[in-house]
Amino acid sequence: MTDTPDRALEIAAATHPDLDLTHVDTTAGRELVPVERPEQAPDDVRRSDVDRWGRSEHFRQLTRRIFDPLYTHWFRVEWEGFERLPEEGGALLISNHAGAIPSDAPSIMHGIEKDLRRPVYGLAENLFRKMPVVGTLWSRSGGVAAHPDNAYRLLHDEHQLVLVFPEGTKATGKLYGERYQLRRFGRGGFVEIAMRAGVPVIPLAVMGAEEAMPVLFKSNRLAKALNVPYVPITANMLVFGPAGWAMPLPAKVKIRVLPPVYFDVPANQERYSRSRVMEETERIRRMVQDALYDMLRTRRSVWFG
Amino acid sequence: MRVLVTGLSTYWGGRVAQALERRPDVEVVVGLDTHEPRVELERTEFVRADTTHSIIARIVRATQVDTIVHTHLIVDSTRVSGRRLHEINVIGTMNLLAAAGASQSPVRKVVLKSSALIYGANAADPYVFREDMSRTGPARTNVERSLLEVEAFVRDFADDNPHVGVTLQRFANVLGDDIDTPFAMALRRPVVPEIFGFDPRVQFVHEDDVVGALMYATINDIPGVYNVAGDGNLPWSEACAIVGKRRVALPFLATSLAAEPARMLRLWDLPAEALQLLRFGRTIDNSRYKRAGFRYGYTSAGTVEAFAQGLRLAATVGDKHPSYRFDRDVEDFFRHSPAVVRPD
Repeated sequence: MTDTPDRALEIAAATHPDLDLTHVDTTAGRELVPVERPEQAPDDVRRSDVDRWGRSEHFRQLTRRIFDPLYTHWFRVEWEGFERLPEEGGALLISNHAGAIPSDAPSIMHGIEKDLRRPVYGLAENLFRKMPVVGTLWSRSGGVAAHPDNAYRLLHDEHQLVLVFPEGTKATGKLYGERYQLRRFGRGGFVEIAMRAGVPVIPLAVMGAEEAMPVLFKSNRLAKALNVPYVPITANMLVFGPAGWAMPLPAKVKIRVLPPVYFDVPANQERYSRSRVMEETERIRRMVQDALYDMLRTRRSVWFG
Repeated sequence: MRVLVTGLSTYWGGRVAQALERRPDVEVVVGLDTHEPRVELERTEFVRADTTHSIIARIVRATQVDTIVHTHLIVDSTRVSGRRLHEINVIGTMNLLAAAGASQSPVRKVVLKSSALIYGANAADPYVFREDMSRTGPARTNVERSLLEVEAFVRDFADDNPHVGVTLQRFANVLGDDIDTPFAMALRRPVVPEIFGFDPRVQFVHEDDVVGALMYATINDIPGVYNVAGDGNLPWSEACAIVGKRRVALPFLATSLAAEPARMLRLWDLPAEALQLLRFGRTIDNSRYKRAGFRYGYTSAGTVEAFAQGLRLAATVGDKHPSYRFDRDVEDFFRHSPAVVRPD
């Protein structure tokens, strides 16, 4: 399903009048991802395509068009085992997480939406929900607050792909010296959700995001004062100056899709054995960690892969 | 069926009484309020009384009502003072339930109209509230606190009186041609407020669906707690677009302070709980009531569209309802005078 280039440009021009759209590559990353429309009763008169989670396919198209040059030319993202991603049915994607402003999340979402033509909902802390403008843009581009019930509805009721970073901000806030050392995978909440929703967990290992925005130093006191998880000084700030707070370094990004993990338990249980959940959590964490070591072994250059 | 309706002078009390009057299986409708009814009623018996315990208990005993529809819960805190709100919601419900649960009480069914306000609107909220979920932050406003207290009474009452079917309904924000809610009022203005940088997912229910939902619970035996809201949700910006209004942004810091001048100018009167909704939004899961058999007439977006159509009509023809004034003597004449020929 492809939208006509003119229509997408029209929308972009209408919503973002300050953008220069004359040299836009209209073929890149702007395919329509077929997404179920919000419920359509006969009297329905929706004006936008914002779904019940706040995601808008039109807005995603725009962000995909903006991000595509970064994806193709800056990070030169390469996938391994892409065929392991399911074409239909719910699945919980989990990945390692890195970089002060992590580039792994947009890269994973971009790649899957572009090549698998399926929307990806990214779960993140509800910190985003409290931020004006950023929160709205985050939500329109598929961000959903990480609440167990949200994940369950997306996976079980709507059979969607959901991306979650079990390490959370503990991973993005870690210093450069600790790169590729996975943090704790939370309390295994993601395993429990996948069990309850009856979907597999598909682990992803991402290499390169660590070097795209390495944290050299962070101020815990400032973070506490601002009520945010961390306030970093990144290598990017030293390289690019003030622009560096948002500008990633051109590290080569490789994403490996690991074999899906199925849990042999009935869905929709009130609770699952804690020891089983922790066991599976640790096993999946091990899988990702080993895959990362394996990928790092064959990497000759941070910039060229 | 003999029904007692509380809050007869309110919009909901009046509408429910009108709907009950049309049903032949409803023998008696007794309406309770401190103010006169504002809609024309055929055979509802209006009792001007407040909700003191002794009076309600006497009314219940005397009329032998088997069903109570408690519509008199104030969820629009711009209407009354905090003290009055507490008095009506908490004390009123307490007295009503005490009367309904008195020994040898004829009451077998209680239907209450609560609000989705009880869930609050916070950043840590799930995107869709089910009936068994509770709010994630403390209740900070009078109306939310009073609803929490009311629902606690209702739970106790249901536990203590297993022979009484208790249906409690939590309604999303209501829109419609005739109902005045803070959001309906804001959407009728030339410009509509939003909070800068926030475009939350909001949900609405049409006024006719509210009356329908209350009636459905009155006629059928479906005890339990139910969310009532139109299907789906939509961004606030889209709701404003459907109504065709421009938005004006309030700052995201010190929002209620910034909203104050607009309140004093009577442009919008958005209480704290409404501003919180404009920041984080709220969606409730309406599927339990659907499973109980209720069919909605409008989706959330359809409710907004119907509201917009009502505004267009009103802009052309003005208020389409003839004004009605309650006159005790006239009403008594039609109901009780031997001179009036009644069909039965």
